[in-house]
This record gives sequence, structure tokens and C-alpha cells, in this order.
Amino acid sequence: MGEVPAIEAEGLVKHYGKTRALSGFDLVVPAGTVYGLLGPNGAGKTTAVRVFATLLRPDGGRARVQGRDVVTEAAEVRRQIGLTGQYAALDEYLTGRANLIMIGQLSRLTASAARRRADEMLERFSLTVAASRAVKTYSGGMRRRLDLAASLIGYPSVLFLDEPTTGLDPSARAMTWEIVRELAEGGTTLLLTTQYLDEADQLARRVAVIDGGTVIAEGTPEALKSSIGDEHLEVVLAAGTDVEAAIIAVRPFARGRVQPGQDGRRLSVPVAAAEGLTTRVVRALDAAGVQVNDVTIERASLDDVFLSLTGQVSSTEDDRAVEPELEGSAVA
Amino acid sequence: MSAITAELAPERDVTYGRSPLAHFASDVWVLTKRSIARIRREPETLADVTFMPVIFILMFAYVFGGAIVLPGGGNYHEYLIGGMLGMGLAQTAPGVAVALVTDMSTGLIDRFRSLPMSRWAVLMARSIAELLTQIISTVVVVCVGLAIGWRVHTGPAEVIAAFGLALLFGYAFTWAGVCLGMALRSPEAAQQTGFIIFLPLTFISSAFVPIQGMPGWLQPIAEWNPMSALAAACRHLFGNPNPAASVPVWPMQHPELAVVCWSVAMLVVFAPLAVHLYRRKALG
Repeated sequence: MGEVPAIEAEGLVKHYGKTRALSGFDLVVPAGTVYGLLGPNGAGKTTAVRVFATLLRPDGGRARVQGRDVVTEAAEVRRQIGLTGQYAALDEYLTGRANLIMIGQLSRLTASAARRRADEMLERFSLTVAASRAVKTYSGGMRRRLDLAASLIGYPSVLFLDEPTTGLDPSARAMTWEIVRELAEGGTTLLLTTQYLDEADQLARRVAVIDGGTVIAEGTPEALKSSIGDEHLEVVLAAGTDVEAAIIAVRPFARGRVQPGQDGRRLSVPVAAAEGLTTRVVRALDAAGVQVNDVTIERASLDDVFLSLTGQVSSTEDDRAVEPELEGSAVA
Repeated sequence: MSAITAELAPERDVTYGRSPLAHFASDVWVLTKRSIARIRREPETLADVTFMPVIFILMFAYVFGGAIVLPGGGNYHEYLIGGMLGMGLAQTAPGVAVALVTDMSTGLIDRFRSLPMSRWAVLMARSIAELLTQIISTVVVVCVGLAIGWRVHTGPAEVIAAFGLALLFGYAFTWAGVCLGMALRSPEAAQQTGFIIFLPLTFISSAFVPIQGMPGWLQPIAEWNPMSALAAACRHLFGNPNPAASVPVWPMQHPELAVVCWSVAMLVVFAPLAVHLYRRKALG
């Protein structure tokens, strides 16, 4: 059992008209892990999840969930999975409880088992009080909780969470994180897409960074961080300083892309830890006639990995149209 | 304490062993119950299939009716109900489109499709729920009809045949609504498009006025309109005034058979098309 990956993709390709949403997408998610799929808007995250969840047929390549092919053995795959999208996929007019019972029965539970399981889930997700109210009276956080409960009702061994915290307030977000951790401890495999780097950093044991429909980096968050430089130099320039000159001056020290900050007064430089580095950088900047207010060394975060790999915000406007279900703010 | 672990469902709690047909029936039942629950929670969603027919009957009976003379004579109130039945049924088609588009746009259909359930059950359940609203609409039309003086002049067999034909037609027509729902993106578009299709369909027919009074170029359209066939069939079977009987066109001479043909044709065309569109829309 152990050696079969829970989720596997080989060279997945998916076109929407002329746009390639996925172009040679590869992924291996070992059973029982929380895996983060990280990428900007339109990178192909949602498309990949939809292929794994048997909602989209790929134009090329193969995908397997628990060793079953998502195209030829879709029915088998559906017995294993749960899916939570960005919007709560619920019947607004039914009560919370009726929604869960319905999904339970459609997940092939007997009527009595579905009722029992629904009550269990309502309890676990603190929705017992609201159980007999119509979903349309629920708050955003309650809907997400119910949606998550619905995706778990059929005892999935693999759970897909597509941007589970987009648009949630901090407390609802914290609750979702807690549930993800609990599920992971219980042995469920989770594939989580997110635009929030701290979310991937917090939850995922491994992360794939995806851009333009393909995985551009993969590994543990720690490995990814060290791959772009163990450390990370923050340079704050004095007002009116020539940013270009500063970039040229620090480039010899950089182990990746030098990233100018939004305010035009800040540079983020991935560097390899070395004795006396700060001094040398300051000297180089001084020699180039650059006025510096502050230089600090920080440990790399996943943000740095992300920026260094994808080069800023959401890649193209065109891609955004490809995944109309994608919403939410771009990562700055 | 964690209620949510990767444990499998207990053997006795799952129904995997059952036959595909039993699964299909169970899924259809679960989803039909969903639609009925909605009606019970919000009866006002039935307004379009209950109040609208009442308003139409009263308007035509008391406002326009006085100006309409039936060729060959006869009471307009008795004439009207045969046509109103068809209108009440056709009117539910935009509703089914709206309901499906809504489920698509909220992601509920995506969720259904990620479950190990029967895929066509979604469409089948929707058509059955629609049949129930059509029965309600028919009951309303009959009650209001009786109140304004409509009477049946034949026997129980004819009455059963008339309602049977009407509901067969209504059920077949629902699948056109399902196709409409699959072809459109927003509930508003479904509502409007449904209305644009269904309004001329009911009015360019013998549902409210005799075909003989229409301009010559319009008459063939009305004569071959399935709504005219249904109206003529109901009038014939109820023993109500049926001026179309004197129109020498095949569907008007054999209205019952014409309704069956139209219904079968609609089912044969629209049901597979709906399934095809659902599949295509779903798989992207």
C-alpha cells in the first residue's frame, strides 16, 4: 500500500481554446501528506485539481488517485475523494443538516448512516445549533465549514482543498487550518491549493510551485527556501536613490533574482550566508554612490521562493480568464 | 476525539454492493426530495405555476373572452381551459432551466460530479420534480376552470386520457428546458430566454384564440404548433368546443396522435441532447 502515491500526475496537458492551462504538469503526492500547490492566479492550480477530482478530462498525460486513473477509473476515484472548492457548493434552500444527509446518501452511505454521519460532522464543525436552518441564512465562515463537512462525509482518503481560505476572515481561516492539521494527523492525504504562502508554509509538508501550467519547483518548504539562498538581504534605500544602480551594485552577491519592492526604496536580495557579507554589500553600494538607510539579513521565506521563481504577481491577464472560478487578490 | 480520520466507512453503512439501477433510483429519489423540500420551505417559488395560470384564465375569460367568437359557436370559458392546461405546463420550462443554471453556477453540480453517484440522476431528478410542479399547475387550472364554468362532457376514460396526454407533453417539454439550462450561463439569461421562447409558442397557437381568426401566413405555424395539438386534444377529449376540428390539417384532425408524436419527438431529441450537453459542459 505504502509505496503507491495518493496522487500522481505525468505530463498533464489541458487546453482551453488556444490557452494552455496545464502544459506538462507532473506531481507525486505520497499518501498521508499535506501537499501545497502554490501559484499565482491562472497558474493552473484549479485546473489540476479539477482533473484529479474527475471533473475535467485532460487533453494529454495521465493522472491517478490512489493508483486509479482519473479518466478510465473515474468511478473508483470518486469513491476515494472529497472536494472543497472556492465557493460553498451547497443547496441554499436546504438546511445544513439536509445538505449533509443528501451528500452522504449520494456518497453511497445508507440513509441511516448518512444521518448519523451528518450529526457527527455538524458536531465536529460546531454547526449543531444552526443545523436546522436554511444554508442561505449562514455566514461565509459557516458555509465554508459546512462545505468542508460535506466534502468529508463520504469518508474520503484524499481531500482536495481548492483555495480553502480565500475570502475568509482570520478566525475562520484559523479554524480551517486546525481542521486540515487534524485531518493530516488522522492519515488523510490533502492537496491544498493556495495563493497564500504562509498557508503553504504552515500546513504543507511538501510544496509545488506552479506557474504557466507547469511545476517550476518542488520540495519541502525548507528545501525550497534554501534553494534560493539561505539568507536574504533587505536593503532600504534613501529617498531619491537610483534603484537601477543599487540593483547593479548588489547583483554580484545575489543567488537569484533581485526583487525591487513596490515602494521603489527596498531591494530583496537572496544571498548565500557568508562571513562579512553585509559589510561587503554596503561597501559595494557606497562605491556605486547609492545612499542606504538600512541593510538587514533575514532568513528566506516561501514568499521569496515564490517571487524568485514566478517573478512577481499573477503571470498573465489571459490566464485569468482561463480559470473563471479563481478569485481573490493577487499575491503582491 | 477526532471524528475525522482517514478511516473507511463501516461496511454496513455503505451501499456499494447494490445494482447500478438501485443506485440510480436511490440518487434520483434523494435529489427529487431535495427539490420537493425546497418547495415546502418556500412555497412562493410555485407562484409562477399557480398564480400565473389563475391570472391568465381570469384575464382571458373576462377581459378578452367577450371579444372572441368561436367558429361553430360554443362557450369561450369551456374552450379556454383546454388551452390553459398546455400553457401551465409549458410555463414551467424556464423554471427548470433556471434551477439547473443556478446549480451549475454555485458549484453544486461540480460537487455532485465528484461523488460516486449516478451522473444522469441530476437531470432525471430535476425532470421528475418538474413533473410534480406541473401536476400542481394542472390542478390549479382545473379548479379555476370549474369555478368559471368549465365542465367535462365525457367519461372518466377520456378525462384520464386528456390529463395523461397533457402530462406526457409537459414532461417531454421539460427536457427542452433542461437543454436550455445547459446552453446558458446565468439564471437571469435562462429566465429571459425561456420566456422569449415560451410566450410566442403558447400565443401563436389555438390555446387562447381560434386559428381561423389569424392571418393566412400565420395559420400554418399555429396549426403545426404542438400547443395547438394539445389544446385540440384536450378539448376533444373533454367534449368542449373545438373549432380546430374543422381545420383540414393532419395534427388538427388527429390531435391526440399528434400530441403523442410531438412528445416522443421532443423526448428523443431533447433528452439525449440534454445528457450530451451536460456531459460536455461538465467535462470542459
